[in-house]
Amino acid sequence: MTSPATPGAALPKLDPRDWESHPKYIYSGYKSTAKRGPLQPLIPLKASLGELQQPVYGHSSIGEFDHDLTRNARRNGEPIGERMILTGQVFDERRRPVRNTLVELWQANASGRYVHKVDQHDAPLDPNFLGAGRCLTDDEGRYRFLTIKPGAYPWGNHPNAWRPQHIHLSLFGQHFASRLVTQMYFPGDPLLQYDPMVTGTPEKYRNRLIADFSLDITEPDFALGYQFDIVLRGADETPFENR
Amino acid sequence: MMSAQETNFGQTPSQTVGPYFAYGLTATQYGYDFDQPFDATVALDAAVGERIRLEGRVFDGDGNAIFDAMIEISQPDGEGRYPQSVEDAQARGFRAFGRCGTGTDAQKRFVFHTVKPGAEAPGEAPHINVIVTMRGLLLHAFTRIYFSDEAAANAEDAVLQSVPAARRPTLIAQRVEQDGAVLYRFDIHMQGANETVFFDV
Repeated sequence: MTSPATPGAALPKLDPRDWESHPKYIYSGYKSTAKRGPLQPLIPLKASLGELQQPVYGHSSIGEFDHDLTRNARRNGEPIGERMILTGQVFDERRRPVRNTLVELWQANASGRYVHKVDQHDAPLDPNFLGAGRCLTDDEGRYRFLTIKPGAYPWGNHPNAWRPQHIHLSLFGQHFASRLVTQMYFPGDPLLQYDPMVTGTPEKYRNRLIADFSLDITEPDFALGYQFDIVLRGADETPFENR
Repeated sequence: MMSAQETNFGQTPSQTVGPYFAYGLTATQYGYDFDQPFDATVALDAAVGERIRLEGRVFDGDGNAIFDAMIEISQPDGEGRYPQSVEDAQARGFRAFGRCGTGTDAQKRFVFHTVKPGAEAPGEAPHINVIVTMRGLLLHAFTRIYFSDEAAANAEDAVLQSVPAARRPTLIAQRVEQDGAVLYRFDIHMQGANETVFFDV
């Protein structure tokens, strides 16, 4: 396989961002977008992929329990809540697995409270739960976390606004431009229809944000299983397969 | 494959990073008991290049500095080279990638410790690639940082020249030399008269 692209070499071409699949920068239902989303049109940039490779540094720093949120912050016992497995495959747009890429995760605890100091929601913190984890995808592009199902929580966007239960995910993919920050939701959550993060996403593609419950992934007497596959922008060849 | 991707295959939609990313993505910087794979130190002592501090603030449409943005940068070293593996990055003391939130500095700055990048190819001006994300941004934004002391190279750079002249200054970091140290200032304006140029990469 070829080595990482060097300037002047024949370079693979990155698939364009599929703008139809993503929320617009400004969405009236989500108040904070009004003063934070860019208003000027984006300027097309045709950059070489050589300079846009994913970061190599950081992949060596995955700890033994980083993928296990039921263990990575224990102090005096197990975290409270419904244990769940979150797993899935990361693909590029040509359905090739994205290997050895970093997946970072953060979420509220079972009662809908974030450890974050800014979160003032009147629900209990869990001394044995941080809510952060990370892992690398394997040779099939698969990631796997063991965690606690997060609770819903209120927020100030509009009267009686509640965020549906969700898990935040951050991925790099193989290129700087394949970066994705997203949120995973749970099937059948009645709050989905009221949530501006969800409704701000084009309707045709919202279901890509909702995990499947899976009895195959569910482990008897232990934890419920959810599958959430993720598709990132790809390129017309895979220049970094050797890494 | 999960059912949605079986019947409706394609890019997973972006969602906002939200207000509570700090303990997940930048835990050490914010004082949480978890490490982070990337931080604001891009270059260690061994790295090749002129040592610089890169700092700036992120402003919303009302001109208020944003305290819950996260900035990620990617750049080559002073010779225009990216590390090709973790081992290469360690050997060269150059990580090429940095991450910093704006919530731990009294002035709401991001501050990176790095080297000034070299040009990667003839005809390209030295630059740093930037990802901007925050609560209220449903999709992260890409921009680039060029350097005020590279006027000749900037004038030849195809990407910079593709930007309307009036908006080019939003992409130029200003060099300041203080007590023998080199600082580049680069503010990001999400909106307004000086809205930073963001790219469709």
